[in-house]
Amino acid sequence: MSRMNQYSLFLGCTIPVRAQNYEASTRKVAAALGINFIHIPNFTCCGYPISSLDEETAEVMAARNLALAEKAGTDICTICTACTGVLTETAQALATDEAKRQHVNERLKDIGLTYNGGVKVKHFARILYEEVGLERIGAKITHPLTGLRIALHYGCHYLKPHEIYDGFDSPENPHTLDELIAVTGAESVSYMNRMRCCGGALLAVDENLALKISKEKLDQLKELGVDAIGLICPFCSVMYESNQKKIETTFETMYNLPVLFLPQILGLAMGMDAKDLGFNMNRVRANAVLEKIGIN
Amino acid sequence: MADPIRIDKNTLRFCDEVLKTPGGENLLRCFACGTCTASCPVRETDERYNPRRIIRMVLLGMKHEVLRSDFIWLCSTCYTCSERCPQGVHLTSIMRALKNIAVREGIIPPSFRMQTKAIRETGKLYEIEDFDNKKRARMGLPELEKKCPDLEALISQGNLKDIK
Repeated sequence: MSRMNQYSLFLGCTIPVRAQNYEASTRKVAAALGINFIHIPNFTCCGYPISSLDEETAEVMAARNLALAEKAGTDICTICTACTGVLTETAQALATDEAKRQHVNERLKDIGLTYNGGVKVKHFARILYEEVGLERIGAKITHPLTGLRIALHYGCHYLKPHEIYDGFDSPENPHTLDELIAVTGAESVSYMNRMRCCGGALLAVDENLALKISKEKLDQLKELGVDAIGLICPFCSVMYESNQKKIETTFETMYNLPVLFLPQILGLAMGMDAKDLGFNMNRVRANAVLEKIGIN
Repeated sequence: MADPIRIDKNTLRFCDEVLKTPGGENLLRCFACGTCTASCPVRETDERYNPRRIIRMVLLGMKHEVLRSDFIWLCSTCYTCSERCPQGVHLTSIMRALKNIAVREGIIPPSFRMQTKAIRETGKLYEIEDFDNKKRARMGLPELEKKCPDLEALISQGNLKDIK
């Protein structure tokens, strides 16, 4: 339903407070590629943390955000994959199930909103791949990241459950993010079990178990000698980056492995300033990455 | 040594409850092949969490054991099991349904209670404070609303109204 290249940017709970580098780099890359973001200052939690407790409440929470985007006349662009999952699933359910939409609107009436079912939800990476396209992105690359070895972590909610994602990429053997990395000149390193979850959803339930799950991948990537992990979700970054030190101390190991968000990688290749891309906020210093690609 | 499992009319009652909960509809399709368990990233790290075992326990009506266990809360919602299940059981949705049923019975991990409280008070998991908006402004990022009362209004009308 959106005007071409115009989206309401849905930030969710974590990014505005804990991953401003992700937001900043997303906005910079979007602007350079002609994507316009509408700002809705009163978006609220997508509903993901509540879905484990009460599905109905989570659905209504998601619908509130969809209603706000509909009011603004736009589709939604997400950058957290958990938000992508909940909002996409709800948008799809409400687009097809009239009875459910009526029920949800009964609840939304209490806060003066209605949702008519027209909003589409897409993750920024999917928009880059499908709407902008590799060719247009390629044309903006001025500083190829030759020699940089990135281990992509797709995460879980960018592609699963497959029913809600229109088959735009394969959950078992995806390629869309790899192609976005390839266009920058960097290498997307292949590794075993790369589709494995970061364990983030368990952090609040069993911290030690969640850290152990993340540790497995960090161990693997350390052995492979990659330059950085590439992410499209802030909670995966909470696990691999914010908790990297904790994993190091708890399990007596050492990684010093930089963790970058996809727009940060794209932005560097597009000749943008590392500071503007929020590199100062990366908790594991990425100086080695910048040096390797000839930026100081 | 474990006790024998009692199969009686109560067995079907819990099955029925799960079947009627949104997401639990395909429970009876499971033929215990174990693909879910072999694919599970949590089980790989901790054998306590075993999706096939949980489904079996539900089918045998072991409501008490399932709802009072901590293992239903260990699902990381990665959907790998659901994607690979040859029978379309939709395990991730069943795990969600089990957690929803547990909450209805008053069982909720403390961290989830705290998250619900935060969302009711501010509209988000992490409150936006003046400090955050100032930090955002320095990065050239637009200001965000600090507290939204809408979610208290929504949540207080639903099944989670007593979670404070």
